[in-house]
Amino acid sequence: MGHPEKAAKFIADNERMHWHDKALWFVRQKRDIAAHGLDEWEELRRVASEIKTHTIDKLDFYLEEFEKNAKEKGIQVHWAKDAKEHNEIVLKILLARGAKKLVKSKSMLTEECHLNPFLEENGIEVIDTDLGERIVQLRDEAPSHIVLPAIHLKKEDVGKTFEKFLKTEKDNCDPTYLTRAARKHLREKFLNAEASLTGVNFGIAQTGGVVVCTNEGNADLGASLPKLHIASMGIEKIIPRLKDLSIFTRLLARSATGQPITSYTSHFHAPIEGGEMHVIIVDNGRSDIIANEDFKQSLHCIRCGACINTCPVYRRSGGHSYGYTIPGPIGSTLGASKDLRTNKTLPFACTLCASCSNVCPSKIKLHNQLYKHRQSVVAAGLLGAKKHTILKVATWVMKHPALLDFTGLMARKIVPKLPRSILYSKANIWGKERELPKFPENSFKELYKARKK
Amino acid sequence: MSSREEILNNIKKNIPSSTIDLPETDIPHIKYENKNKKFSTSLASVGGNAVWLEDNSIDEFVANNYKDVNVIVSTYKEFTLSTKDANKSNTPHPLANVDLAVIKAEFAVAENGAVWVKNPDNRHRALYFLATQLLIIVDKENIVDTMHEAYEKIDFNKKGYGTFISGPSKTADIEQALVIGAHGPTNACVLFV
Amino acid sequence: MRIGLFIPCFMNELYPEASMATLKVLENLGLDVEYPTNQTCCGQPMANTGCAHEAGELAKRFLKIFKDYDYIVAPSGSCVAMVRENYAQFLEGEDGFEHLKTHTYELVEFLHDVIKPTNMNASFPYKVGIHNSCHGHRELGMASMSERNLPAFSKIQKILELVDDIEFVTLKRNDECCGFGGTFCVSEDAMSAAMGIDRVNDHLSAGAEIMTGIDMSCLMHMQGIIDRKKLPIKTMHIAQILAGEQ
Repeated sequence: MGHPEKAAKFIADNERMHWHDKALWFVRQKRDIAAHGLDEWEELRRVASEIKTHTIDKLDFYLEEFEKNAKEKGIQVHWAKDAKEHNEIVLKILLARGAKKLVKSKSMLTEECHLNPFLEENGIEVIDTDLGERIVQLRDEAPSHIVLPAIHLKKEDVGKTFEKFLKTEKDNCDPTYLTRAARKHLREKFLNAEASLTGVNFGIAQTGGVVVCTNEGNADLGASLPKLHIASMGIEKIIPRLKDLSIFTRLLARSATGQPITSYTSHFHAPIEGGEMHVIIVDNGRSDIIANEDFKQSLHCIRCGACINTCPVYRRSGGHSYGYTIPGPIGSTLGASKDLRTNKTLPFACTLCASCSNVCPSKIKLHNQLYKHRQSVVAAGLLGAKKHTILKVATWVMKHPALLDFTGLMARKIVPKLPRSILYSKANIWGKERELPKFPENSFKELYKARKK
Repeated sequence: MSSREEILNNIKKNIPSSTIDLPETDIPHIKYENKNKKFSTSLASVGGNAVWLEDNSIDEFVANNYKDVNVIVSTYKEFTLSTKDANKSNTPHPLANVDLAVIKAEFAVAENGAVWVKNPDNRHRALYFLATQLLIIVDKENIVDTMHEAYEKIDFNKKGYGTFISGPSKTADIEQALVIGAHGPTNACVLFV
Repeated sequence: MRIGLFIPCFMNELYPEASMATLKVLENLGLDVEYPTNQTCCGQPMANTGCAHEAGELAKRFLKIFKDYDYIVAPSGSCVAMVRENYAQFLEGEDGFEHLKTHTYELVEFLHDVIKPTNMNASFPYKVGIHNSCHGHRELGMASMSERNLPAFSKIQKILELVDDIEFVTLKRNDECCGFGGTFCVSEDAMSAAMGIDRVNDHLSAGAEIMTGIDMSCLMHMQGIIDRKKLPIKTMHIAQILAGEQ
């Protein structure tokens, strides 16, 4: 089942679909207010785009600089070429310290690597501490959004889950009550944790440290209580200078949720006293994307989620319709780059409206990438023989105007005479929810030619 | 070949031969006529509050505004009402019962209600997140307009930790309802002295 | 100034009135317009579906037919965007392409940027909702987009303001996509319909009697929904309003 089928299911619950759409549109509107509040907004986007372009084009240099400076700060640096290696490195580090209880703060990279099940299979207790992530973890679901993992759930859903796992009051779905319950539950986990794993928003080459942005404070509690802190970082998260953060910290939260900054923007340049800090630099297909000029820009993503919030298709189909770690426009292009065969419907889960490209703080031309990925799908023979044949035939007709005229003439003569039962049979996909246009007697060309006489 | 070499070689193979220069980050940007006012509004919008100390001392301010706090710690030398010394414990865990942490911040940022917290002498950075309430002391002259000015004032030439704190912890993960107080402090006040 | 009239393939077959209105609008302004009769399709449906080879063949054909006109004008934002934004992949370096790329215009854009009329000699005493079709809106820059922090403007509204008695409504979502999306309308038919219904409802609750725009494909999709649901609103291509139809 690809995106179309899953989206159709989501849409079938009309009321819930509109509820989801409104929730995400509201976040988009908050982003608009923040963006329109700064005269220099478009300039910030330009600079961000240029920083990322320069950095990706010299990524080897900056990664080596990062590693050198991180080591000088007493941070241990590891390199993982793929998901499997990343997971194995995490396990190795944990076992070396005898750590069996891990608290995690949000990291889409670790979702991509399917870290949790791997660690659990190896006897490690893994607790996701971001509230939205913890909720979906308890429900055994994937997050449906990279910033708002539980956006697809109503408070009643969360209430029921907490009743089951946290023993909260029956039918109490007040968000404050539930959040307090989660606080108590997770506080105990933080205090008893033997290690923590965080994602990385930005890795600074110049200083060798990593920056993590949260609202809940969970990344910091995790990284500052147990003595072992592991930070997993995709190679593309590197930025050259500390001062580059002045641009990105002004763009990130405003683009994500419309707030000027997250509650915490923590710069980790050392483990805690007596502790260890490890950074795992992960490739997992990213360095291959650099080779392709069409898709290289997707590595400029700072994971703000703005494109997801604005996408009219995402808002009406939900993150689980995409079947990839990350949904929405950025997910569709990254997913297509990673595994075109599995994700072949994703470049088509899009009307090319270009709203995404225009909210992206890094100015990634997302819609152009999805357009180009469609060509990759066809070149790989994944379009489907029927579709491809229809378009080949149509092209041939379009190269023969007399034939096109004749086909049009026949259609205009025959279609108006067909009974509804034939015209609106199951084969007419257009006709499922729309009437066909009225077929006129003459084409424009016929009228034009008649006029000239 | 190690993974490190594999990754770096693959990158080297795929990058273009030349690229654009790194751009200037100090672009023309917003400057506030009244930085204090902007800071106050920004912080209030994220659930915190800003106060400018007039006549009282910090001790008096705490005594007047924080009732029912039993465990108070501080990284601020001039504050004398601490009930225990945070640096005395060898691990951060005993700080879990802190009701109020009075900490120092280097400067404030008007555009987003954030303050830069460094405190290199504080042994346990977890304090900022374990405490139920946070009172952050900032010199009232140390306020800048935006993150552009902020990043000019900080460096990480040495190992360490620093964080921008903007208000109390919060979340909107349950049906987008904003709840102040997630895992970190439920309350944050910035006191300009 | 010799203008080559470029009529989208499906408009030629299914919307002769809107196509003729386009011609009339240009002729009423005293312009010399010719419709090269061997044109067929710009290749957008093929390009849209990733069939680069097929799209390239039609692009080459298009260039041959239209390269000698001073301007090429079409009543379609998406077809013009195809030529200006996406043809480079197939025609970069070809003789005449640079001229084609810089002289192909959507109708309203052409009036606004090149002809600059002061009156349309038309009246349209109705409440009108402008549907900002995505390609024209975000690729051709027909109006300021809600996502960007740039000065507000609308070429479409500016030209429509030259029509007497017209009244504009304010939408809740000024530039959200209607969901037609080319072959998307059948490959993701449920999503396409869901998006279309929401667009129509926005116009209905804003009090619009007529929905207009520069792309017949969007209007065809939304009219199909309107007809199926028998809703009290109609779509009309902007050329017909500008040509004085009511």
